[in-house]
Amino acid sequence: MMIMWRYLRRGMSTSTRVRALRRSWWDHVTPAPKDPINAVTEAFLADPCPYKINLGVGAYRDDDGKPVVLQCVREAEGKIAATNFLESTCAAISSKLVEESAKLVYGEDSDVIKEGRFAGVQALSGTGACRLFAEFQRRFYPDSRIYMPDPTWSNHHNIWRDAQVPIRTFHYYHPDSKGLNFVALMDDVKNAPNGSFFLLHPCAHNPTGVDPSDEQWQEISSLFKVKNHFPFFDMAYQGFASGDLERDARAIRIFLDDGHLIGCAQSFAKNMALYGHRVGCLSLLCDDKIQAVAIKSQLQQIASTIYGSPPIHGMLAVSKILSDPDIKAIWLKEVKVYFSSFSFLFHSLFTSIFIITCIRTIGLMHLLIISTCYKDMATRVQRMRATLKEALEKLGSPLNWQPITNQVGMFCFSGLTPDEVDRLAKEFHVYMTYDGRISMAGVTTKNVDYLASAIHEVTAFDQDGKILHTVCA
Amino acid sequence: MASSLLSLASASPSASLSSHGISKGKLNLGNASLCFNKEKTNPFIKTKSFGRISMVITSNVSRFEGITMAPPDPILGVSEAFKADNHELKLNLGVGAYRTEELQPYVLNVVKKADKLLLERGENREYLPIEGLAAFNKVTAELLFGADNPVIKQQRVATVQGLSGTGSLRLAAALIERYFPGAKVLISSPTWGNHKNIFNDARVPWSEYRYYDPKTVGLDFEGMIADIKAASEGSFILLHGCAHNPTGIDPTPEQWGIIADVIQEKNHIPFFDIAYQGFASGSLDTDAASVRMFVARGMEVIAAQSYSKNLGLYAERIGAINVVCSSPDAASRVKSQLKRIARPMYSNPPVHGARIVANVVGDPALFKEWNVEMEMMAGRIKNVRQKLFDGLSSKDKSGKDWSFVLKQIGMFSFTGLNKAQCDNMTNKWHVYMTKDGRISLAGLSLAKCEYLADAIIDSYHNVG
Repeated sequence: MMIMWRYLRRGMSTSTRVRALRRSWWDHVTPAPKDPINAVTEAFLADPCPYKINLGVGAYRDDDGKPVVLQCVREAEGKIAATNFLESTCAAISSKLVEESAKLVYGEDSDVIKEGRFAGVQALSGTGACRLFAEFQRRFYPDSRIYMPDPTWSNHHNIWRDAQVPIRTFHYYHPDSKGLNFVALMDDVKNAPNGSFFLLHPCAHNPTGVDPSDEQWQEISSLFKVKNHFPFFDMAYQGFASGDLERDARAIRIFLDDGHLIGCAQSFAKNMALYGHRVGCLSLLCDDKIQAVAIKSQLQQIASTIYGSPPIHGMLAVSKILSDPDIKAIWLKEVKVYFSSFSFLFHSLFTSIFIITCIRTIGLMHLLIISTCYKDMATRVQRMRATLKEALEKLGSPLNWQPITNQVGMFCFSGLTPDEVDRLAKEFHVYMTYDGRISMAGVTTKNVDYLASAIHEVTAFDQDGKILHTVCA
Repeated sequence: MASSLLSLASASPSASLSSHGISKGKLNLGNASLCFNKEKTNPFIKTKSFGRISMVITSNVSRFEGITMAPPDPILGVSEAFKADNHELKLNLGVGAYRTEELQPYVLNVVKKADKLLLERGENREYLPIEGLAAFNKVTAELLFGADNPVIKQQRVATVQGLSGTGSLRLAAALIERYFPGAKVLISSPTWGNHKNIFNDARVPWSEYRYYDPKTVGLDFEGMIADIKAASEGSFILLHGCAHNPTGIDPTPEQWGIIADVIQEKNHIPFFDIAYQGFASGSLDTDAASVRMFVARGMEVIAAQSYSKNLGLYAERIGAINVVCSSPDAASRVKSQLKRIARPMYSNPPVHGARIVANVVGDPALFKEWNVEMEMMAGRIKNVRQKLFDGLSSKDKSGKDWSFVLKQIGMFSFTGLNKAQCDNMTNKWHVYMTKDGRISLAGLSLAKCEYLADAIIDSYHNVG
């Protein structure tokens, strides 16, 4: 820094009025590396190819590859006018939102909710919730670290790093089985010092799509009790893994039953398709209400210097959706397994029969209305997984694609190497992150066959067309 | 294993905390200006024993046992106290949110129109890019610097959408911490309370320059210049672009020129916080004059903007951070690093407020309408100032000069009342204000000016 000042002084002329700027204060600022996930979208957008595919960011798309606005969101927003907002109104709505969010994750009838034994604040979606917790952890446990699964969402590393909390990883993904490395995971949990902080994905692990079973979660919870570890859950996909909000909270409920006082970050970006509005929640379970109030005050203070108060628009929409029974019912249906979009019905034998039966019983008009009213996100994603796997097998791919259907949620860890990912982008205009993570939401009935052939090409043949694998994996 | 669990149960919370090293005093907030050393305890945690035994068989002892209640926000605390008061003549002059003559919150017509447009278009809620809505970033920079400004044409401004003024300041603070480690930010004495908190939490050291002169209830210009000159080279000087908060005292154009001279001489970086563009004089261009003057001299400037007040978008959290650089290359690098700071804070900013601003500022008809509403709001404040001044001058026979009420600008006025006098305002007259003597004129109606004048005169003359 001193060298820089001296250099600057040499370069400065004495005239202060008409001096042209010779040097910038910002010369030592290097270009930041691109965010790996956003970089995929940027490359995709820059590509003029008409049949390009974006499998980068985890934002849900319908079967036409279009972003979705949920019916429940439209209804909610229709009820929200440009109302006069007093600061007190915002606070009241925020509290309501926090309460409803907590019910979602801990269960409506849980003691924690009834007794008000949690400190909850609204946050800027999942990222904001995680960052608030990381800052809180740093402030009150300045010597602690965070243990993260390997791999995890790349931004988790950025968040705890910028909050200046050292990071350790624990084994999670088994590249050979493309499943969970449970033995190594438990070993790492056991070997961590007592009272360590752990980051866990309660469902639809990002980026692998690999989740522990209920039994495995129970074992993890028991070991956590013995080690007195702090479990912090990042719940970004509740409803998206199985289509069932309650089912997807299973891991958290298991920990709750075991008496853990957990922390939880929630995001409504995916399951309400409210990405741009940045709505989320951070909650910490406490001994009692008094402690909850104290912790909440500290969280609010941390937030006050990052962004002040959370943005109201998304808050209003979510609050309305969760607290208005009619609108909530619509939401539950949209997330759940229900009727698929009408165009898909045409493509499947099973559903052709289904159509005929339906038309006989309900009438074509009703069928059209029902099928276009409800979009089911989780089901579409599940169907695309199955379709992609079948297509790859039909092409005669020698590799094992079972993991595509074993894995859960929006993402699929394909096992593709960085070179293969590169080839997919350059030769086939298919874009994904270098770790081989595919966002299944970007797969549609229209592009699934092309995608399968592209993947087959880069995995079965090298760039010169020579066969890579002679034996089935 | 079970025995160690039970021993944890019977230990007091302070003992369990000490096993994590807290009460051993091993802490490092990493904050130069707070300067905690190993002997002092963490102010956020109290280590008193509760003497309570928790059952750990079914539930863990919370590891956050010792956490104390955070101090209440002094400004919001005023509104809470006001709400609790049942007196019919009560007056809330605390927080700086614009109110109509009927003392109701005000949603601008242009905002209602823009909101309706957005609802009709039914746009998706996809993630914005990390730097925010491109349309918003374009119009916000143009609004501040002027659409024809060479710095914009030459692409020398790095603009990133931020979460209102607070969020934008925080981004800049993080940039300073990362790229100018050890450099200080100089803030005015007094300044908006949250400035210090933001720099503290961002681990950027700060100190104050003289600003308010209680003797004149005006600007201590000599003190300000002296303190800026005395600061070590390459400091960041935080300036309020217009309508200084909390004093309402702005430098004159000539004084701004001298401030710019000194900053250039000392190789400091000017860092503007513009939260009231349009609200000070009623003219968006006039209120941007100070920033534009510095930029016109070829200086590299940081500028944080907020649309909370001038578009009434408090709750939407919409603002921007702008860094004017000497080259488009520097601007692009700086922008990339601002994005890198934003990503682990909140990934990308909220979309709604950005769309409203982009629509209002970007549409000529709506923009014109906004200018009119802006003048109306600033006009109401000017009228209220006049009426208050008239009331004070006519009712007060002591000959005290109350003209500072007219000279000060924007939403706030520093009355010069001390703490005891402020307490009298509240306790006797049910007038709620912050203890530094600041009143928010946005919360004053013409109808209540006389009452307020009485309260101020009484407090000033009859209380210590």
